[in-house]
Amino acid sequence: MSRLVVASIGPASSVQDGGRHGAQRYGLTVSGAMDRLSLAAANTLVGNEPFAAAVEIGPFGASFTARDGAVRVAISGAPRNADVAGNPVAMDTSVTLKDGETLTLGFARGGAFTYLAIGGAIKGEPVFGSLAVNARAGLGSPYPRPLQASDEFTVDAASGAPELRIELPKPASGPIRVLLGPQDDEFDEANKALFLNSEWKISATSDRMGYRLEGPAIKHLHGHNIVSDGTVNGSIQVPGNGAPIALMMDRGTSGGYPKIATVITADIGRLAQTSAGTAFRFKAVSMAEAQDAARKFAQAIRSLPDRLRSSDTVALNIEALSDANVAGYAVSAVDAGTWQVTAEP
Amino acid sequence: MAATLPPPRLLPSGDSAVTVEFSRTIDEDANQRVLALDKALAASPIDGITETVPTYRSLLVHYDPGKIGFDALGQKILPIATRPLPPVTKARRWRIPVAYGGEHGIDLEDVAKALSTTPDDIVARHVGGDYKVAMIGFTPGWSYLSGLDKSLHMSRRQNPRLLTPAGTISIGGVQAGIQCLAAPSGWHLLGRTPVRTYQLHRNPTFLTEPGDRVTFFAIDHKTFEEMDRAAEAGEIIAEQVVA
Repeated sequence: MSRLVVASIGPASSVQDGGRHGAQRYGLTVSGAMDRLSLAAANTLVGNEPFAAAVEIGPFGASFTARDGAVRVAISGAPRNADVAGNPVAMDTSVTLKDGETLTLGFARGGAFTYLAIGGAIKGEPVFGSLAVNARAGLGSPYPRPLQASDEFTVDAASGAPELRIELPKPASGPIRVLLGPQDDEFDEANKALFLNSEWKISATSDRMGYRLEGPAIKHLHGHNIVSDGTVNGSIQVPGNGAPIALMMDRGTSGGYPKIATVITADIGRLAQTSAGTAFRFKAVSMAEAQDAARKFAQAIRSLPDRLRSSDTVALNIEALSDANVAGYAVSAVDAGTWQVTAEP
Repeated sequence: MAATLPPPRLLPSGDSAVTVEFSRTIDEDANQRVLALDKALAASPIDGITETVPTYRSLLVHYDPGKIGFDALGQKILPIATRPLPPVTKARRWRIPVAYGGEHGIDLEDVAKALSTTPDDIVARHVGGDYKVAMIGFTPGWSYLSGLDKSLHMSRRQNPRLLTPAGTISIGGVQAGIQCLAAPSGWHLLGRTPVRTYQLHRNPTFLTEPGDRVTFFAIDHKTFEEMDRAAEAGEIIAEQVVA
């Protein structure tokens, strides 16, 4: 066995997986990765199941050192500069750290969460089938709290398999899609229109429990108290001050504020990866469109292994590289694989 | 043949869950229908349902849209949800010890003042109640109880507290509660129980189930300390009353 030691890490970083299902009826929330597609991509690169436990790294930098042998890792999600001993590592690729080598990750250059998957996955003691950290409930394994420097994982020694990259489907863009309800009838047409037609920003006080939205105040028709009922990932509740909160993976399982709309499954990861202060909009879609998107999203995760490529075939895509640089990202030529996007099948 | 009951509203909670709503208010009949539907779905599972979450007035049904669509699921749920209620079966009953007032119930005196009575009278009214676990939610093990004496119904605090202690026994609006973990709360804190409604590595991990009956009994603060140590070591403490 090898060890992967957390040499340095910022706040909002923890072990996450596909989440803890089956105990919401007891008030135990699901937790799990904020961006499931990126978790699945990182895991697929190192040969793990898509929702195996991995490190969810918040917006700040982090570094990891291999000890007692080589460790194979992969990174996906919010783009950042990464290197091993000064050699750049591209997003959406695997890399093997030799004994004593350190992978250093910079700040997220857009988005919030990057996933570091480890070959053989993080091992621990599951509770309700999950290792995901839920700090409020004291759950998560091997550490039931956010990660700290000098934490370590006992992991499989790297097998020496060739390194891989993954060509992810082109990320969706445009408004975050929602289904109205379950309590959209607690708002009049003017306030529903205000919610759907306004520009929103995510407040810096957001966390894994909820994203607070900054924009116009949304007024209720009959006041802000309803009898508590169940919540889901992506429920958008409107408390008394009129500032909506999108409930995320560490949400309370029930809530007493009217929920005007719900982010569709396919777009929750995209909302999770929207940086604080970035303007965005919502768009209401039909149930048929939302469920079709959910099925396609599940299919995209199932078909990730088909998107693996040998990492020595990275081709430069000058157009994508230039777009990325225009967007304000300093993208190196080595990073180009990240931006080489194939058409949706 | 008994007539069917009025249909609940089927409210979309995104693309992978539906809120089956029986009432907009706290209503004992609606809660019975919620728990009956929950039980019926557990007894005869519908393919595609992944998890159900009972609340006061609605059942949240999580499902996999890759297995069943919103309309098809609704068509399967409605006939079950409109069935006449089965005869009431005997519920489990728990007797929960509570250390009232002082440091364990910092709002007891204020509640007594607000209701123009004494702290002892508030305790007597709270202990005198026959409660039902209507739902468990918000944080692990937080049991929301119906059956609070009408004379104890009062608005929640204007300024919710950011942190209230583990084991807090409180009242808010028409509800009473057993809180397990330390958490924010806008309710009035009457006391604390050493009972853990949620404890990892204990069998069972979760003590209470929606539908269970609950009564309280008062203990002094010294007994609280003793019971708290035993509970920490994994004892259940709460007495299960055999009906």
